[in-house]
Amino acid sequence: MKERTFTKRLSAALVPAVPYLWLGVFFLVPFLIVLKISLSDTAIAQPPYKPVFEWSDIAAFFSALDLENFELLVEDDLYFRATLSSVRIAALSTVLLLLVGFPIAYGMARAPERHRSLLVALVILPFWTSFLIRIYAWIAILKPEGLLTQGLMSLGAISEPIEILNTEWAVYIGIVYAYLPFMVLPLYATLEKMDDTLLEAALDLGSTPWRSFWTITVPLAMPGIIAGSLLCFIPAVGEFVIPDLLGGSETLMIGRQLWSEFFSNRDWPLASAVAILLLIVLVAPIVIYRDVEARRVETRP
Amino acid sequence: MRRTFSPWADPNAKPLIRFENVTKRFGDAVAVDRLTLDIFEGEFFCLLGPSGCGKTTLMRMLAGFEYPTEGRITLAGQDLAGVPPYRRPVNMMFQSYALFPHMSVEKNIAFGLKQDGLPKPEIAARVEEMLRLVQLEKLAKRYPSQLSGGQRQRVALARALAKKPKVLLLDEPLGALDKKLREETQFELMDIQHDLHMTFVVVTHDQEEAMTMADRIAVMDHGRIVQVATPGEIYEQPKTRFIAEFVGDVNILEGHVMGQENGLWRVKTASAEMPLSIDDPDEVLHSGQAVAIAVRPEKMVVQREKPAPEAVNVLTGEVWDIGYLGDWTVYRIRLATGEILRVSCANVSRFVENPIDWDEQVYVTFAPGAAVILAE
Repeated sequence: MKERTFTKRLSAALVPAVPYLWLGVFFLVPFLIVLKISLSDTAIAQPPYKPVFEWSDIAAFFSALDLENFELLVEDDLYFRATLSSVRIAALSTVLLLLVGFPIAYGMARAPERHRSLLVALVILPFWTSFLIRIYAWIAILKPEGLLTQGLMSLGAISEPIEILNTEWAVYIGIVYAYLPFMVLPLYATLEKMDDTLLEAALDLGSTPWRSFWTITVPLAMPGIIAGSLLCFIPAVGEFVIPDLLGGSETLMIGRQLWSEFFSNRDWPLASAVAILLLIVLVAPIVIYRDVEARRVETRP
Repeated sequence: MRRTFSPWADPNAKPLIRFENVTKRFGDAVAVDRLTLDIFEGEFFCLLGPSGCGKTTLMRMLAGFEYPTEGRITLAGQDLAGVPPYRRPVNMMFQSYALFPHMSVEKNIAFGLKQDGLPKPEIAARVEEMLRLVQLEKLAKRYPSQLSGGQRQRVALARALAKKPKVLLLDEPLGALDKKLREETQFELMDIQHDLHMTFVVVTHDQEEAMTMADRIAVMDHGRIVQVATPGEIYEQPKTRFIAEFVGDVNILEGHVMGQENGLWRVKTASAEMPLSIDDPDEVLHSGQAVAIAVRPEKMVVQREKPAPEAVNVLTGEVWDIGYLGDWTVYRIRLATGEILRVSCANVSRFVENPIDWDEQVYVTFAPGAAVILAE
């Protein structure tokens, strides 16, 4: 009897510990390692930085750490510009994703119920092909003699090939295309739950369909809008593959900067410092969102 | 004052709402079938019927959420064809209340007024007036999720009333409330309607609710109106067997007309030894016609003693069930034919010596004027 209550209590304590354990092993420990490397100096060695942690001389190890790499990030405005450019591209992409994703999600939520699961499956379908291959395919579409230009020229919409590949526009197209499911699914989940009679009530009280959309649908879809925007904005800021393949050399993004510090310059400490900077940039919107959410729940239990 | 209110009896009165030959089809299904109906200003009008009878569709056409397939609807002489819901001087209280969950009580009530672009102080004054009307002044800042079912119902009512519409539509307004609250709210709704001189159109499947509140009731079945009349007429002079059975409890005795005697119809039934005498002079019948005789339970008398030989309308049976309801006792009497009659008896005295008991042989009688003949 006593043993049973003991195992019960043990499992009751263990189950909530699982996510913490996971986060500890796969997020906190790697984060601390990256933080440590960012405070180190480069070295031509294996691994390419010093000091290397040793139990025998902890005091010397800590005294060798410094903030030099972060000072460099502040001094050289390249990193500042790259971060700003990344945030700008990610923010504009998120707005475009909302504009494209909302009508899709709304249409799915209004579709006959028997079609909905099929539509959800279709939204997820692109994931069955490799992400890299799908982005490569866009090169074939966007290049000067590619499908898009040919199509538009045969329609007579343009007379000369247009430059899209290797511009920021190609990056927007790539991000919107690749991230669309992450925007559509949370939006669909909230819109599908919405009670249609609320819109009828709004119409009945004299609100036009357009106004009803803004006063009823959008506020009630806000949890989905925020979730979808965060799911798209956060990975888009650190995006490396899409700007590298579609954006050309002109497109400045922090993810690419990180990649080149790490692989081209083999400057692990500086790359780690960039990674920490990126993390700080991304934590800010999440903290703000949580704060807003907490206040909303407080006033409306 | 209210008792004399009967504009439908005045041939010169102009109806406020008029359905003219309205049909509504959803694909192959006919929801409303060539329906014609007049509703007058200031009426408390009930659409009563079983689910799927078309009453909700009729109301939704009035609100503008559905358009008639054929026929036309006019409101104060204006044809409503093509007028969207947000341009109709009609407001609706939804069955689910449809309160906006992201707005406080006062914002919900103010919503319709804001759409009209009224100045802010005027909106605030009207919201306050509505809150007072439904006695929710203290809950103005609450959100719908923080209210009880009865409070939500009041907010929904206040919101629908706030714009002072020409017609207020109420879709099963009391459906979600418990019995006690429902009864209280019925009388409140009647008071509010009377005080505001508004036209109320209520959809309900609850006949008691309709009887209590309405000036007139339209009983619907299969997309058609079977009878439009005051609650008293619906109950005492039902036009068809469907209405007699749907509104209140009723005993139906089937038989054939034998003829007329002293102004009373003589009807032969399997249930009674002697032909029954029924006083229903307006019915036009012929000999041999199959009819149903409808008698309400409270209009029958159950007794142990054998009635005098000259007594009319005597049925014999045994007590099958007794239900004591406090104010009433309901006897279920089984006739020799196997039919079960329902007879209710007001408990006027606190003590009854030697009351009628289970399995006793009893006589059931009713006066000629207590029954209605319904042509089959």
